[in-house]
Amino acid sequence: MIVDLVFQLLQMTLVIMVAPLLTGVVRATKARLNRRRGPPVLQPYLDLVRLARKEAIIADSASWLFRITPYIVFASTWVATALIPTFATGLLFSWSADLIAIIALLGAGRFFLALAGLDVGTSFGGLGSSRESLFGALAEPAMIVIVFTLALVAGSTQLSTVAAFMTSSAVGLRVSLAMALVALIIVALAENGRIPVDNPSTHLELTMVHEAMILEYSGRHLAVIELAAMLKLALYISLIICVFIPWGLAIADASVADRLFGAFVFLAKLLAGGVALGVFETSIAKMRVFRVPDFVGAALMLGFLGALLLFVSRTLK
Amino acid sequence: MNGAALCLAGDAALLALAVAGAPTSARPLGRPLVYGGSLVLSLALLAVAAEALLFGGPGASLVLPLGLPWVGARFSLDALSAFFLVVVNLSAAAASLYALGYGRHEHDPQRVLPFFPAFLAGMNLVLVAADAYTFLLSWEFMSLASWALVMAHHRDGQNARAGYVYLVMASFGTFALLIAFALLAGLDGHFAFEAIRAAPPAATVAILALVAALVGAGSKAGLAPLHVWLPLAHPAAPSHVSALMSGAMTKVAVYAFIRIAFDLAGPPDWRFSIPVLVVGAASGLIGVLQALMDADLKRVLAYSTIENIGLIFVGLGLAYAFRASGLDAAAALAMTAALLHVFNHALFKSLLFFGSGAVLTATGERRLNRLGGLLNRMPATGLFMLVGAAAISALPPLNGFVSEWMILQAVLLSPALPQWTLKILAPAVGASVALTAALAAACFVRAFGIPFLGRPRSDAAAKAEEVDRISLAAMGGLALLCLIFGIFPGQAIDALRAAVDQAIGAHMPTQSSIAWLSIEPVAASRSSYNGLLVALFIALSAIMAATIIHRFATAALRRAPAWDCGFPDPAPNTQYSAESFSQPVRRVFGRIAFTPEERIDMPRPGETRAAYFDLRLGDRIWTTGYLPILKVVERAATLLNHLQFLTIRQYLSVVFGALVALLVVLASWP
Repeated sequence: MIVDLVFQLLQMTLVIMVAPLLTGVVRATKARLNRRRGPPVLQPYLDLVRLARKEAIIADSASWLFRITPYIVFASTWVATALIPTFATGLLFSWSADLIAIIALLGAGRFFLALAGLDVGTSFGGLGSSRESLFGALAEPAMIVIVFTLALVAGSTQLSTVAAFMTSSAVGLRVSLAMALVALIIVALAENGRIPVDNPSTHLELTMVHEAMILEYSGRHLAVIELAAMLKLALYISLIICVFIPWGLAIADASVADRLFGAFVFLAKLLAGGVALGVFETSIAKMRVFRVPDFVGAALMLGFLGALLLFVSRTLK
Repeated sequence: MNGAALCLAGDAALLALAVAGAPTSARPLGRPLVYGGSLVLSLALLAVAAEALLFGGPGASLVLPLGLPWVGARFSLDALSAFFLVVVNLSAAAASLYALGYGRHEHDPQRVLPFFPAFLAGMNLVLVAADAYTFLLSWEFMSLASWALVMAHHRDGQNARAGYVYLVMASFGTFALLIAFALLAGLDGHFAFEAIRAAPPAATVAILALVAALVGAGSKAGLAPLHVWLPLAHPAAPSHVSALMSGAMTKVAVYAFIRIAFDLAGPPDWRFSIPVLVVGAASGLIGVLQALMDADLKRVLAYSTIENIGLIFVGLGLAYAFRASGLDAAAALAMTAALLHVFNHALFKSLLFFGSGAVLTATGERRLNRLGGLLNRMPATGLFMLVGAAAISALPPLNGFVSEWMILQAVLLSPALPQWTLKILAPAVGASVALTAALAAACFVRAFGIPFLGRPRSDAAAKAEEVDRISLAAMGGLALLCLIFGIFPGQAIDALRAAVDQAIGAHMPTQSSIAWLSIEPVAASRSSYNGLLVALFIALSAIMAATIIHRFATAALRRAPAWDCGFPDPAPNTQYSAESFSQPVRRVFGRIAFTPEERIDMPRPGETRAAYFDLRLGDRIWTTGYLPILKVVERAATLLNHLQFLTIRQYLSVVFGALVALLVVLASWP
């Protein structure tokens, strides 16, 4: 029991410690590919500390909701991330929410962030909220149909069970899973505001989405929101890892050594994922805002097709 | 004592209150008398119903020597009725409490007070009626009482039209139910529910009866495409009545459907689940898209009712399909999900309508584009509205999430269905449920964000003041219930056990004994959710993050003008409006459900005249479905108009001709 609790806490601290590093790796990769030297890999940590120590300035028209939103967004994202089996399945609290609930937790974060964008009453904030609401309304159902696919393959919406099933030899190659993978990558790009959907390094552009919503934030509020965004990126990459490349994952009741080994393998895979994201983002152009619904809609259709194939091809045990 | 008799006594007392309300309504005493009395009676009925639902054994019944001579007026209180009585009377109690404060601002109390208890009595009577005659009579009574309430502010031109459309559609719905019951009762006139149950109709007749029931109950519940009256009528009534119409009366229609489809119509036929699923999913999508486009707070809420009713019918359709294939455990899950959503929707939709009433009281405005910044002026109302908006958007750890999660879990069981059509339909329905839920979140970001956040868009909004404490207590109580049932979903599921048992003949595994108060609809390895832990984790990590930062970094805060990229515009009109917020969604989904017409008149550079933007949204369903029917009716009416100007001799010959024709038909009947 104590060991379980320790590993659950380790998982929670691990994701929050690693998330800024992951963002740093993505940025460093992009800088290298642009033949820039770029900031050091650890720069996101320094940025967060710097922001947290600064005085927060909020607009005159902002309400109390504006002040608590960063913490709500952070908390819901952190809880969601802590429920992903990053290095071991069957952690102490892994059963408290399944994949659908994880998606809904992220949805809660988006809901409040979109409200915060409207709170100050500026046109940029509204612009960000309105577009984020549309992208979310397309990405969330796409995510749900991906869950349908995974749930039908593994017989569970419990992420721990799905991941454990994926490590077993019973999976084999499936068309549905390939479709779900492509759909999941598209959703991950859209949800994290990465190129080609949104540009995370942009400011003062009419095409920005996430940055427009948080334009009025400063100081510690901004630090918390940035950390939540980094966590969300780590969440999606961990999700893809634990479902589609789960090798090295420690299955429930594994020994302590296995779990620690799992943690190292996870770190390596996560950082490799960060490099891959950097390469992908450098090699593709950002698309117009109104091409995005087609892009995310493609994920919805792919995921749906994958689920449909499974619905008609098998009955549940 | 007999529960049915207690319920009837309560209904009689409500009717007496309605009569007493008529002469006193214009006096200051009338409001506390009527609403206080309704509150007490609703709470008493709630207690009776809850007792029957939680502890009641076999249903209690009662026959009064009224109604049709060979049937009598039959009433019974079984678990299914009891569950819906709980929903209706809980909403009614909340609405009565709210109206004690809100009703103070009513300018025509004599048009509201007498009908309010009558409306409550009507809904209660439908739920305990146990023969077709009493059922339809109560149903019609409920419709007429609510119609009177819709027409309370009849001088407003739009309300008169709303009342007219409502009356026509309600009559149509009752007519369809009449046909359904006639088909169920058969030629011998077995109008008592017991007799129908004992001798269910043949399969083909049953299917016809079910379709008629879907049309009749669906038109009352607001299923597309029979929903057109709902967004007109619900907002037209005073806000506490809107809350009841959306939160409770639509549920009475759901009850009618469940009663007929799961109880009276005999063994299920899987083919009937197809129209239910399709209509449910379509209503969900159409409702939420309309809600996203509309710029009137109460109409947004009314459209969102259509969406939620759609989700409920998806759950019912799944339950029906599972039951038809003998998958009882899955059917119990789907039915529990649907009933839980019935309950949850009654909570948060009442809450949201109360909030819209508070906004209306404080500002006199329902138009989103005339509001703004109310969270600063009305902090308590704003907080409760936020809880309601989050709950209806299915955000964990609130109650709306639990029922939508369970509907998705039920969808995931559908590969077990043997029918190919349903295997293909189920994932499509599941995807549309997910899309609906996601759009609903966007819709309520807009419906809460535009009026409550930002800067005031009108003087009225800038001068708004918090409403009275009684109204706040009603809203606060409902918001608390939304949280409680989100955190302890297992208890709610267990409470539904008897009702699900009665509809399906099976129930979900007991939830409240599971460790840590989790819920596990099928098996622990398959899916589980723990509202309590999720709520605790979120609260703890938010508080922890805030404490650490305030303690070890800084807690300094400064207020300053908005940054807005260095170009802050002081005019509140430059904020995002309701239309601009939904513009991206309109661009993506608009052509499916609407015929949007945008006219943009942009002056050339150098010209000084104002730019002009005009948006008209046509409703495709109205233009393609209803207008042709209206035209036909109008033409027929013009033709028949000649009949009004005949002489006595001509009338007599018309009557004689009709009589002969009928006799000929009767004589040649096989």
